[in-house]
This record gives sequence, structure tokens and C-alpha cells, in this order.
Amino acid sequence: MRQEATALPLRVDGLRFAAGGVEILRGLDFALVAGAPTVIMGPNGAGKSVLLRLLHGLLEPTGGTLHWSLPRDEARRRQAMVFQRPVMLRRSVLANALYPLRLAGAPRAEQAARDALERVGLAALADRPARKLSGGEQQRLALARAWALRPEILFLDEPTAALDPAATRQVEEIIGAIAASGTKIVMTTHHLGQARRIAGEAMLLLDGRLNAQAPAASFFDAPPTPEAAAFLRGDLLW
Amino acid sequence: MMLAAGLIATGDQALLQIVGLSLRVSLTAVAAAAAVGLPLGALLAVTRFPGRQGIVVALNALMGLPPVVAGLLIYLLLSRSGPLGAMGLLFTPGAMIIAQAVLIAPIIAALTRQTLEMLWEEYAEQLRSFGAGVGRAVPTLLWDGRFALLTVLLAGFGRASAEVGAVMIVGGNIEGFTRVMTTAIALETSKGDLPLALALGVILMAIVLAVNALAQAVRDLADWRGA
Repeated sequence: MRQEATALPLRVDGLRFAAGGVEILRGLDFALVAGAPTVIMGPNGAGKSVLLRLLHGLLEPTGGTLHWSLPRDEARRRQAMVFQRPVMLRRSVLANALYPLRLAGAPRAEQAARDALERVGLAALADRPARKLSGGEQQRLALARAWALRPEILFLDEPTAALDPAATRQVEEIIGAIAASGTKIVMTTHHLGQARRIAGEAMLLLDGRLNAQAPAASFFDAPPTPEAAAFLRGDLLW
Repeated sequence: MMLAAGLIATGDQALLQIVGLSLRVSLTAVAAAAAVGLPLGALLAVTRFPGRQGIVVALNALMGLPPVVAGLLIYLLLSRSGPLGAMGLLFTPGAMIIAQAVLIAPIIAALTRQTLEMLWEEYAEQLRSFGAGVGRAVPTLLWDGRFALLTVLLAGFGRASAEVGAVMIVGGNIEGFTRVMTTAIALETSKGDLPLALALGVILMAIVLAVNALAQAVRDLADWRGA
């Protein structure tokens, strides 16, 4: 773990977001601390993806504030994000992994990119055009590309929603390895089994509000709210 | 027709000279127009500012700029009493290059914007997540869109090499100096020298065909490469 100053913990105060007159997030208060992965659950349309984008700075809140432990720009540089549908640059696999490293001015970028590909099992495909990879391989490349940056925080927006079970398992293994390397994972999923496998902490978002936030063990074994219990039984708001 | 074939087969000197000048003028014009049009189109694809819509509409309208009007404007600029008259460019290949570049720069810029806007839609969030500003996004899009943009350049070349009005006005169709394929075809036809006109027509068609075949090959290569 880093000895230097860190962007976490993050304190979120009254976070709101509205678009086109529709309130998507209606005032969230919570904190994110370093450590085990935080998994954000909730039905479709609950605002999970919007929340990740607000935290990552891709969207500006319409109300409330994010208090990072570092200045905003510095905190921003310590984050990476992987999207539900991986965005593959029209370049080789290696060039994809290199792109953000070069952008960040990382030293020994090529070696870092090759190491990252190695860690996700794509080293042999380094020279292939990225867009010719399978869906699972593309998502692994997206993870390698983010991991190469050694981010303090990695946001994952439904990273396996478009993948088959085999690819999902590989991606989950990589997520576990990234978490073990000291990066804080913050991910959304609507897949309960996946949430149980990955989460160190669970959050439930319902209708733009934070319904529950608890350590995974207590969240799944003794749901903190009636809605969380109903959600876990699978009979709420699907 | 036989005479035309003979002219082509024997590599008639006047014919070769005309074809060579045509290619030189149009290729240089494409290069100049690309130097302006590609970055301008890419910039318009990634930025949102007041007045942007107006520029986009203006560029789209300029795509249909009649060549003779472009020729007239350049003529006025370059004529002895015009603002750039001192450069002595009127009735030179230089003037023809300028006229064609002015004609196709808006085409290249507008098509570039269209092409890259789609790419930007896909890339925007990821590039912003990487912390790339406009200054990095523009070269990234130009590079990643390179196959599609080559087609855009070929479209510009097609328009430039097929155009008569502008080069006629600013070049003057001077034999051995500013005579290109299109102006020669117009002149020889009206003079009644049909073999030369026909030979030039065949070559022009062949060039247009070759350009389109090249464009198709580039698209196929891009598909194959997954770009």
C-alpha cells in the first residue's frame, strides 16, 4: 500500500443529479474508504451508472459535494474506469494498453503495458487489432489498460453484463487480483451472485436514494433494511 | 476512337504533359485542403461551443460551392488589382491549386466532422476518463479514424480532378502551362479535335475508377483490421 497521501477516504454530501428535469439521484450521503471492494447494487434505473460517473468526474453533480482527501484534479488522476461495453481504440492490443500510460506520461510505459497484458492473459495477442478480440478478451484488455495505470480507485460499471459465464469468471478473477494489488474497487452490478463473490462492502441504491450501506457479511446475512431483504430475495423492483 | 487509343498507346507528349499537370495540381490541392480540413473537422467533432452549429451548416453549404464561383473569388483575389495581385499567381498552376484547395477544403472538413463525430460518440467517455483534453482527443481521433478519412481525402481528390470551372477561370487553360485534362477536354471538344478529347476523357475516367477502387480496397483493409 501507498505511504503517500491518498485520495480516499471520499465523503459524499447530499449528492444530487438531474437531467432533462428528471431527478436521477435524490441526495446521497456516504463515505468510501480504502480496502475491500464496494459493490453498488440496485434495480435498473436506480442511478448506479450515473453515481459512478459522478464519482469519477465524468458528470457534474447538480447538487451536493464530493470531498476527496486530495485536491480534485489530483484525486482524478488516481482513478480509472472500465465501462459496461469496453471502448476499444482502433489500434493493436498493446497500443490500447499503452495509450493511457503515454497520456499520463508514465515512465517505462511499454514495459508497464506488456506486464498488464501478461497479468490478464493477453500477452500473446499484443499485436492483434483490439477490435478483433472477443467480448471477454476486450473486457480483459479494458481491465489491463486501467490496471496498468496503478490507480488508487477503479470504477467498474457492470463489467460483466455483456459476457458469458466463462468470460465472467475470468473477469471476476482479474477484478480480485486488482483488488489484491491494493486498488480500491467500486463497481456496480445487478448480479447478486457476483456481488456476494466480490463485495467487501455493499450498497443498495433504490430510486435515486441510498437505501443501505453495510459490510458485505452483514448485508447479505442480516440485511439492514426491509428493502434490502426483499431485494436479496429477488422480489423487489425488478 | 482508334485515334484516341493511338494517342494513349504512343504516350503522346502533349497528352502526358496535361495528365501530369492535372495530377500535380489536384494532389497538391488535396494535401493543402487536408492540412486545414482534417484538424478543423476533428476539432468540430469534439467541441461544443456557441456558434458551432452555424459553422457546421456553413461547411455543409460550402460543400456545394459551384466551382466557377470559387474560381471567380480566387480570380478577384489574385488579379493584378486584387489584394494578392502582387504575387503574380493568376494564370499559373499555383492559382489552380489554390482554387481547388478552396473548393475541397470545406468538403474534407465537413466529411471529417461527420466521420469523427460518430467515433467521438464512442470514445468520448473513455478518453475523458483517461484525462485526455481536446488537444489529445483531436490527434487520437484523426489517427483512429485514418481509414475512413482516407476515403474522405479520395472524395476530395475526385471532386478536384473532375472540376473544370475554377481551373479554367484562374488558370486560363494555357497550352503547355495551365492546361489540365478537364479544360483540355472542354476546349478540344469545342474545337472539334475529338480524338484528343476522347483520349483525355478515357484517362480521366480511368483515374476516377482507380481512385474508387483504391477507396474500396482501403475500406476492405479497414474491415479486415477491425478498424
